[in-house]
Amino acid sequence: MQLVLEKRAERSTFIALASPVLAIALTLVTMSIFFLMLGKNPVTALYVYFIEPLTDSYTLMEIAVKASPLIMIAIGLSLCYLANVWNIGAEGQFLMGAVCGSYLAVVTNGTGAGPWVLPAMLVMGAFGGTLWAMIPALCKTRFGANEILTSLMLVYVADLILDYLVRGPWRDPKGPNFPTTASFDPVATVPTLMEFGRLHAGVLLTALLVVVAAIMLSRTIKGFEIRVVGAAPRAARFAGFSSEKLVIFTFAVSGALAGLAGIIEVAGPVGVLQPGISPGYGFTAIIVAFLGRLNPVGILVAGLFLALTFIGGEGAQISMKVPLDLTKVFQGILLFYVLACDSLILYRIRLVAAKPKAA
Amino acid sequence: MGLVEAIVISIIAASTPLLLAAAGELIVERAGVLNLGVEGMMIMGAACGFAGAYLTGSTFVGALFGVAAGMALSFVFAVLTLGLAVNQVAAGLALTILGIGLSGLIGAGFVGEKIVPAPQLSIPVLTGIPFIGRILFGQNAFIYFSIALVIGIWWFLYRTRAGLILRAVGDSHTSAHALGYPVLKIRLLAVLFGGGCAGLAGAFLPLAYTPFFIPGMTAGRGWIALALVVFSSWLPGRLVAGAYLFGAVSILQLHAQAFGLGIPSQLMTALPYLATVMVLVIISRARGAAGSVAPASLGTVFVPDR
Repeated sequence: MQLVLEKRAERSTFIALASPVLAIALTLVTMSIFFLMLGKNPVTALYVYFIEPLTDSYTLMEIAVKASPLIMIAIGLSLCYLANVWNIGAEGQFLMGAVCGSYLAVVTNGTGAGPWVLPAMLVMGAFGGTLWAMIPALCKTRFGANEILTSLMLVYVADLILDYLVRGPWRDPKGPNFPTTASFDPVATVPTLMEFGRLHAGVLLTALLVVVAAIMLSRTIKGFEIRVVGAAPRAARFAGFSSEKLVIFTFAVSGALAGLAGIIEVAGPVGVLQPGISPGYGFTAIIVAFLGRLNPVGILVAGLFLALTFIGGEGAQISMKVPLDLTKVFQGILLFYVLACDSLILYRIRLVAAKPKAA
Repeated sequence: MGLVEAIVISIIAASTPLLLAAAGELIVERAGVLNLGVEGMMIMGAACGFAGAYLTGSTFVGALFGVAAGMALSFVFAVLTLGLAVNQVAAGLALTILGIGLSGLIGAGFVGEKIVPAPQLSIPVLTGIPFIGRILFGQNAFIYFSIALVIGIWWFLYRTRAGLILRAVGDSHTSAHALGYPVLKIRLLAVLFGGGCAGLAGAFLPLAYTPFFIPGMTAGRGWIALALVVFSSWLPGRLVAGAYLFGAVSILQLHAQAFGLGIPSQLMTALPYLATVMVLVIISRARGAAGSVAPASLGTVFVPDR
């Protein structure tokens, strides 16, 4: 007896909807096993991870704050992945967006500049992310260099550029003994929405973006083009769609969104430019994009779920002494299950009798 | 020991993990599979390798732990990509994310601990030869093994029937399948071999390079190894040249920093990464006219029809 894959005649719509749910269920089972191995009660641990953060208005807001950059980056990445363009350097584009936007905050610091600063910073942030994304995009279209490797290498470079700036020219001279710029002026800060908590206007921008992306993908010719080039490159060529232009387009959009997420994070919850502004948002967003089935609404749900694991993981670290790296392990396992379950949309698994030896 | 001798020895040490991981990945890609999880398998090899050596006091056991960890992760990758026909790029990324998380979990208890570094070969007289003695006859076992591994891979690919079949599977899985070769089984073996090599490469870092473990100590070496395979045009000989070139860049930038040329240290640290981008561009550009030399089935899923 052996298990074999058999191609389905049509995509299974039922499994397409059920697969993320199944993947999450399998992840929860795996998590329980991990907790048992660590000598923790799995029921309590899962409660701390997934329910407790939902019972408090402060942590609910924190989830929205954490989910916002994840969703924004993942929507850009989903356009790339739909078009079969493998931008995995969103983390670097996020950092360069933060750097370029912060430039304005640093030079206007203490000069009493008007309220134009923040909008200009957001534009600069998106521009910085796009600029950084154009390097792998042009290397691919002009020279055929693999975008996976080039976009990833540039993450390390972006990290070092940020490090250089906050230790060198942009360092706050009056600041304490660690590398950071001066705190941004109020005109260079994303306004918060409530009296308390860190919920900020960037969250609204993310919500708007989900709607725009959903309309663009399902109702515009560009959205159609992206899906055709990704799903059937030959058909796309006959239709006259240029895959090269699409590489540039998808990289530009995803770079802009990652950069925008970067400057919003710095000008919002963080408030200064310093090393370590991202707990790996650019990489977690890859999981969000796939868990959300590369669909804007799906990404919204997936982003909130992944943000919940971040917040729940922090809670579990404090109250149950569970290592923080466990959250990363779960996120990796979740991506595995998502991919495996997605396979069932196109294939069914059959148990067949072992083949007799060919005569 | 002179400065030049010291530099050459440190270049060899810096090149070895790149060479080990890239040699494994070369076999994987020659079989038509693109495993982007090298970084994740390496960091797991580093964590488990250190754990093994710390608990038993033996470098050899540590190396075995590293190999086993890399293989275990690559097996998960194989189940997904070969068994369930999952997209290889996405599965490779998942492997890296998982490996980084798991290694942090396993390694957490060992941060700050020290072990005895891997012993170095010592042959009376020969090791004592000025300049070349230490370089040729005074290295640790990892370094000799990495060279033997590449020679073995060259011999396997070009001088054995099994190597020919492996290349056939990578160039056209449909033809190989039609000829009756078990495509998925061959690919499984190749992926496991690549995982073992990546695990060993990771284990080299805490066992021989620095005698301690820190989370994230692979610092992108797995990704550089992937770029090296492209750089080498999937040829074992060029792989050695590429690995040593990158080892040289990463060591020489350290020395340039020490000289204090007034260049920001961050720029020098970024050099290996920038060099990778530049090398990929130059190689891809030079190849534009001649057409791709990559294994023709690289990265495509194969579901055998019965």
